[in-house]
Amino acid sequence: MSEPTQPGPLFTVGSSPLRKEGVAKVMGQAKYVDDITLPDMWFGATVRSTIARGRIVSITFDPAIPWHEFTIVTAADIPGENTIVHLTKDHLCLAETHVNHPNEPILLLAHPDRAVLPAAVAGVQITYEELPGVFTIEESEAPDAPAIWEPAPEDALHSQEKNVFKTYLMESGEAASLETIFANAAYIVEGEYRTGAQEQLYIENNGVIAEAFRAEDGSLESVKVQGAMQCPYYLVHALELVFKLPEEKCRVIQTETGGAFGGKEDFPSVIGSHAALLALKSGHPVKICYDRAEDMAGTTKRHPSRSRHRTAVSKDGKILGGEIDFALDGGAYVTLTPVVLSRGTIHAPGPYHWPALRVRAKAMATNLPPHGAFRGFGAPQSIFGTERHMDKIARVVGITPEEMRRRNLLAVGDRTATGQIIHDTVDMQQMLTRALTESGYHAKREEFARTNPTSTIKRGVGFATFLHGAGFTGSGERRLNSLVKMIVDAKTGNPHILVSSTEFGQGTNTILCQVAAEVLGIPYDEVFITQPDTKIVPNSGPTVASRTAMIVGKLVEQTAIKILAALQPYGYEIGNTFEQFKKAAIAYGIEHGDVNVEARYQSPGDIFWDDEAYRGEAYPAYAWAVYVAEVAVDTSTYSATCTDFYALQEVGKVLHPVLAKGQIEGGVAQGIGYALYEKCVWQRGHMANNQMTNYIMPTSADLPPLHVAFEEIPSIHGPFGAKGIGELPMDGPAPAILNAIEAATGIAFTEVPLLPEDIFERMTANGNTGGSEDLNPSIDRDTRVESVA
Amino acid sequence: MHSNPAQYDLIAPTTLEAVLDILASEPGHYTPLAGGTEIMVALGAGRLPRKPLVSLQHLDELRFIEVLDSEITIGARTTFTDIRRDAVIATDFPLLNLAASWTGSVANQNRGTIGGNIVNGSPAADSPPALLVYDAVLTLISTRGTRLMPYGDFHLGYKKTALAPDELVHSITLQRDFKDYIPYIRKVGTRNAQAISKVAIAALARMNNGTVEDIRIGAASLRDRPTRLPATESVLQNQALTVETLGPLLEKARAALRRETLPIDDIRSTARYRSAVAGNLLEEFLRTLVAV
Repeated sequence: MSEPTQPGPLFTVGSSPLRKEGVAKVMGQAKYVDDITLPDMWFGATVRSTIARGRIVSITFDPAIPWHEFTIVTAADIPGENTIVHLTKDHLCLAETHVNHPNEPILLLAHPDRAVLPAAVAGVQITYEELPGVFTIEESEAPDAPAIWEPAPEDALHSQEKNVFKTYLMESGEAASLETIFANAAYIVEGEYRTGAQEQLYIENNGVIAEAFRAEDGSLESVKVQGAMQCPYYLVHALELVFKLPEEKCRVIQTETGGAFGGKEDFPSVIGSHAALLALKSGHPVKICYDRAEDMAGTTKRHPSRSRHRTAVSKDGKILGGEIDFALDGGAYVTLTPVVLSRGTIHAPGPYHWPALRVRAKAMATNLPPHGAFRGFGAPQSIFGTERHMDKIARVVGITPEEMRRRNLLAVGDRTATGQIIHDTVDMQQMLTRALTESGYHAKREEFARTNPTSTIKRGVGFATFLHGAGFTGSGERRLNSLVKMIVDAKTGNPHILVSSTEFGQGTNTILCQVAAEVLGIPYDEVFITQPDTKIVPNSGPTVASRTAMIVGKLVEQTAIKILAALQPYGYEIGNTFEQFKKAAIAYGIEHGDVNVEARYQSPGDIFWDDEAYRGEAYPAYAWAVYVAEVAVDTSTYSATCTDFYALQEVGKVLHPVLAKGQIEGGVAQGIGYALYEKCVWQRGHMANNQMTNYIMPTSADLPPLHVAFEEIPSIHGPFGAKGIGELPMDGPAPAILNAIEAATGIAFTEVPLLPEDIFERMTANGNTGGSEDLNPSIDRDTRVESVA
Repeated sequence: MHSNPAQYDLIAPTTLEAVLDILASEPGHYTPLAGGTEIMVALGAGRLPRKPLVSLQHLDELRFIEVLDSEITIGARTTFTDIRRDAVIATDFPLLNLAASWTGSVANQNRGTIGGNIVNGSPAADSPPALLVYDAVLTLISTRGTRLMPYGDFHLGYKKTALAPDELVHSITLQRDFKDYIPYIRKVGTRNAQAISKVAIAALARMNNGTVEDIRIGAASLRDRPTRLPATESVLQNQALTVETLGPLLEKARAALRRETLPIDDIRSTARYRSAVAGNLLEEFLRTLVAV
């Protein structure tokens, strides 16, 4: 692998230049999809199911509405396949005979006047023959559960059982000897942990504008969709099937995108296909922009989860072996669930050494809208269980949570549960020491032990240690086969980066330009990045999985190295000015035109992954972290507040310190919401609190001071040593906060979100009035703990 | 947006008299629009009754705070920001000042009005418990004339008030005689800002030598309307509050509170939680009185 040669210290990477699109956003000049109007554009709306599961019996149209003014699209209008393709084809673009979740799209309407659409949607009456639904993992896995989902024969690889989307079995070390290990262990510690659904709550709701173009003979020639999204090529592939068009006839443009967090990874395939169907039938460009209520009720959320741990532990707190059963609620259709389950499975062991481990994972179908991608992608779910369980083991064994970690943390040269040798020179022992020292953990524990007995406010500190893999899992990056291009304009001398990797607030534009500028030795301001348009940019893969900085950044670095090589014969060298760069580009241009180079992903030789056995190099690199939370639990209101937060992480080279710190702060805030505030209230599969008044996202008044610290150990896999950072901060807050609440109250809560009503019910259970004197931390109220002599 | 704004006419008569004439011409036919912070939410959600709107936004004669030696009168169109900024309200009526500061967001406070807040009649509204314990008196106005009404008589049920269809709230008058009272107010919302109350208590007590001479307790989200808690008050009235008596008194007061409230399970909280926390807030208040 070629490495860039740097004569001196870095001049752009590691500094914090203005975001590429920042000025336009601040000045209100940035155009989001709902700011864009096309000539003769109509507006679209979606008629959705009102029940969770059933057969569609009749559809009638209110005669008071002038339907001739509307375009009405049903499944019968789909020119290609009625499917939203992800990993399989169970997910229909529009329901035909049956519905499987509330708010499932059935009909589409378009009209020139946006304001008349709500009444028209309400004017479509659909009657159903209702069928029994399942709404939780338990209801779905019950032996007598209705079969709400059956694997198709071609899905045999995913599943062969009713209601089961996917299973994994990951065995590690002496898994075959687990029964003997349990039989001889000093302690067996069991625990069950749950996490709830979470809404992404991007500021900009899902929205697109679609156009359909016909050939002279009237046949469909091509479709074009622009809108808010993370992965333009995902939408291209969805359109290919729905419209039976070749890839090059399905053009997708990402417009400025107001946040995504995974919520615009798979879902734009749905709304994009819908708008394009309306455009085709109406003969007009059609815009569909959901309002908040529709977006919250109808689009994807984080998968709810259940983790069951059974761990064999030695007398001195060393993990001897374990079994982890990990289950996800996938919602009504498969969508990306198997991939989410995979990441959850691989992250379930945490940053610990397991001499023997068996992880059984499964994703269950329920009659909820399909759950989808959300920052962390399965890892926050399984890490929550594991980090709560580590504190439980510590309590059973009688050592501190810190000592429990110290005796089991992975070190350089150890193997992860997938058998991957830790090559990074990360030292988690030292990181733990630094985090606990800088957060004042020990001093706080002593102080709170002194002050809690006489206070109605119980305070506590807790922490979580964890890792997060950067890039696609296992062989995923090889399959993606990402391509990056760079063009130097022979007139202006400005390099332009061409990628399908999108900017949605996290900093893609900025960091990729920094990498190019650094390699080329020219000012950051002279490097540009092209707005993703699949007609122009190559497929550099989806903007997901903490992969952009490391994987795409590395490819940008390689294209820049090729540019350097191309311009060298024309007199440009590192250390020269931009004027000299431009001169060389012009000279090159006279002979060859624009400098036009590309770089394709090549798997590092030492990365091997076995998808069947779940063995090998799960990720090229990991980010490592220790997060420390301080909480206050008010025994008058039973509310827990996070009062201080410290986040230390090793993420390789930090490309842009301001953006990186912002990523961590935002992720921690989202994690605090996940832990203490954000609860999806489901009523027979319908999200009842689909408005920001009642889906409680924390405000700045609810957030503590956030202290962010980095360690930087350069990784060979990313540009200038960068690894992934986007998802990591979502993993740690929830377990750290619940560990702190246990320290404060003596109550081992096992589920997030943990709302004041939940704390109230526990504190007042068994006739307790709520005072801390009622709470003996040595009494386990949750699960069986057996001590084997 | 789940409504069609084109289906709502808006008229903006130039004077209060003209507004009252319009309301009298077809009582109940119009929806008066003050700050609009509630009406816009209802419009967005598609649940605003399809009636023409009469704007009050420009009626400056309803936006005032008149301070006399013995009383203060607040015009119905006075915003929460106006209330937060008023020095006399801050010193004489701290419960109202704090309640205003907890209402919605700063943007809501800039537009939302005290009159609109009480006419909307939400059982969870922030300012009513404070107005109830201050024994506010409302001036209601229509073409038929003006009438005074104790604020305690205003709320009749869930979002139901004693306001006649042709009437507007003109102003709210508070007597400036609470200097000797110990104030207590706490809102337990779903979060620390931009939140709707799960339960809130505003209270005043005047102590004399350890004895409760006068006590007033107002509550939000404990019944179908903002309410005083007269049974709880009477348990505590004229009682000596000491470390010894606190326990038994508290038990009686909590029991009275449970009897006279009807909290509900809803999307924001549970009846059990609301009831228990209301009792805890009462205890928190009484403990501050024992020390005096």
